[in-house]
Amino acid sequence: MGREFRVAWLGRASGHDPGAPEAALARRGPMGTLVNILVDGVAYGMILFMIAVGLSVTMGLMRVINLAHGGFALIGGALAHWLGARLGLGFVPAAGLAIAATVALAVPLERVLYRRLYGKGELEQVLATIGIAFLIIASVNLLFGSGLLAIPLPEAIRGPVDLGFRTLPAHRLVVIGAGLGVLALLHLLIARTRFGINLRAAVDNRDAAAALGIDTGRVQAAAFALGAGLAALGGILGAELLPIEAYYPLRYMVLFLIVVAVGGLGSVAGSFLAALTLGIIDTAARYVVPDFGTIFFFLAMMAVLAVRPHGLLGRAP
Amino acid sequence: MSAVAPGRVPLLLEALMLAAAVAAFFLFPYSLGFLTRILIMCVLVLSLDLVLGYGGIATLGQAALYGSGAYAAGLFAVHVWPAPLAGLAVGAVAGAAVAFVSGWFLLRVRGLTLLMLSIAVAQVLQEVANKARGLTGGADGLAGIAMDPVLGLFAFDFVGRTAYWYALAVLVAVFAFLRMLTASPFGLAVRGIHESPARMAAIGTPVHARLVTAYTIGGAVAGIAGALSAQVTELVSLEVFGFALSAEALIMLILGGTGRLTGAVVGTVVFMTVEHVAAAADPFNWLFAIGALVLAVVFFVPAGLIGLPAALGRLGRRR
Repeated sequence: MGREFRVAWLGRASGHDPGAPEAALARRGPMGTLVNILVDGVAYGMILFMIAVGLSVTMGLMRVINLAHGGFALIGGALAHWLGARLGLGFVPAAGLAIAATVALAVPLERVLYRRLYGKGELEQVLATIGIAFLIIASVNLLFGSGLLAIPLPEAIRGPVDLGFRTLPAHRLVVIGAGLGVLALLHLLIARTRFGINLRAAVDNRDAAAALGIDTGRVQAAAFALGAGLAALGGILGAELLPIEAYYPLRYMVLFLIVVAVGGLGSVAGSFLAALTLGIIDTAARYVVPDFGTIFFFLAMMAVLAVRPHGLLGRAP
Repeated sequence: MSAVAPGRVPLLLEALMLAAAVAAFFLFPYSLGFLTRILIMCVLVLSLDLVLGYGGIATLGQAALYGSGAYAAGLFAVHVWPAPLAGLAVGAVAGAAVAFVSGWFLLRVRGLTLLMLSIAVAQVLQEVANKARGLTGGADGLAGIAMDPVLGLFAFDFVGRTAYWYALAVLVAVFAFLRMLTASPFGLAVRGIHESPARMAAIGTPVHARLVTAYTIGGAVAGIAGALSAQVTELVSLEVFGFALSAEALIMLILGGTGRLTGAVVGTVVFMTVEHVAAAADPFNWLFAIGALVLAVVFFVPAGLIGLPAALGRLGRRR
């Protein structure tokens, strides 16, 4: 009774398993392991970045502690599973449709629920967004069951890729490429477009931005939708590392929040830096000292926050 | 806020709650285990109310203090002396010690950073308990606790009658202590810091020291809750440091209403009952019930369930 629920809460904050690290060490020697750590760690970091960046921007913008953000990664992943594994669509159309559907769900959710939370205290926000996370979990559980929701990868990225001097898993390379692509696009969007100017203005000072005629409500809605879409993308691409199942939002909630806190609220570059650092530290700790992996991860986070309480690139509010 | 309104019977709500707890013992003789779990959780949520409801310290790591109390009391019972009250004292000291040490650096930050750091403290302690297998039993849990009778008079029985009265007595004592503490000058200072740290500092209150003190007292109470759970279940598992526990305690507190002590009790009873009943009625879809309950409270009764009568009263007057 309620056991799954409790176990999900208890899931380690950093829940991925790079798979038998000791065996890899024996097989490839120390150099190969170093490359493995880097590739796995960077890929893992990219996933964390894609999911957490939307959370960071919306938290910086709306000052809402959103504990349901992982829910969008779950919705995207579950829909991609449904479209890909059950309806037989190819990976790219399935992922594209799933992301579009997630955004289509997120927009009315922002309008109806989140907008009412902006003015409330942080405790009410915590309570409400955890309630939303519960409802998302219950819905996915009802529609798809509580088992693992696998997303079939296309043949092309399932196997290893031979780079001439070394072979690497193609999937990891795709993830890293996607992460860099997202970073570049976000940078262009925020640095070069009108929306980006409005967004930066609203993050810095919402009231002043509104007084200057910026429609902050629309900026918020757009940022929220963008964040949800990126979370869905991260959820789908990261399904190999953070498996999609109904309790996903609770299992990885702390992990995403840690990335946001370490990176600094509202900072895209901060989220990127934090996600990569934590991804590599976590992966390295699991390869090198598998027994103490979790401790390393949390001590690293505590060390950063002790020195920089507002995160790596965050500013004091 | 806590001043008794004219025309109100003082402690009426508290008396009704106590009567309900006594009645529950006779009404649900086959659910004493579950009822005792509620009582223990009430103690934990009360400790969180002191820290968060009064002190304004938003923490998601109350399990760190609860778990320390549970392991300390468990180890004390196994290796030193299985007397329940002495065990409670040991649990309280352990919880207070961990709160004092961790509070020293936790309470210098606020907001999201504080939430994350408090989670980290609990997670690190959980990992330490997991690795110290020789001492704590690791993932298997600390077993072999066999408690002496309470005060040497009341032996723990299989049905859980003694456990229920014991837990209820501890809850009443903790509640009375916190009621007095929050009404004391110290309690007022802590509440003042919650409202405005800058002003309290301006009138000469040592803000950080007061917060550390409040967190340490909260740690002692949480440690008592942990010790109670170790003694009643005669087992301590790694879950006592779990994030689930901290998060659920926070949900229960906000659900009931913060900063009034009675809200902590109401929220705990309602949340655990709804969870228990909904999960038994529909093991697959019961999270809908919890999610809907939580959202309904935020949007319709923002002061928490304890504010429900007042909200209904306003509704009645409006007509």
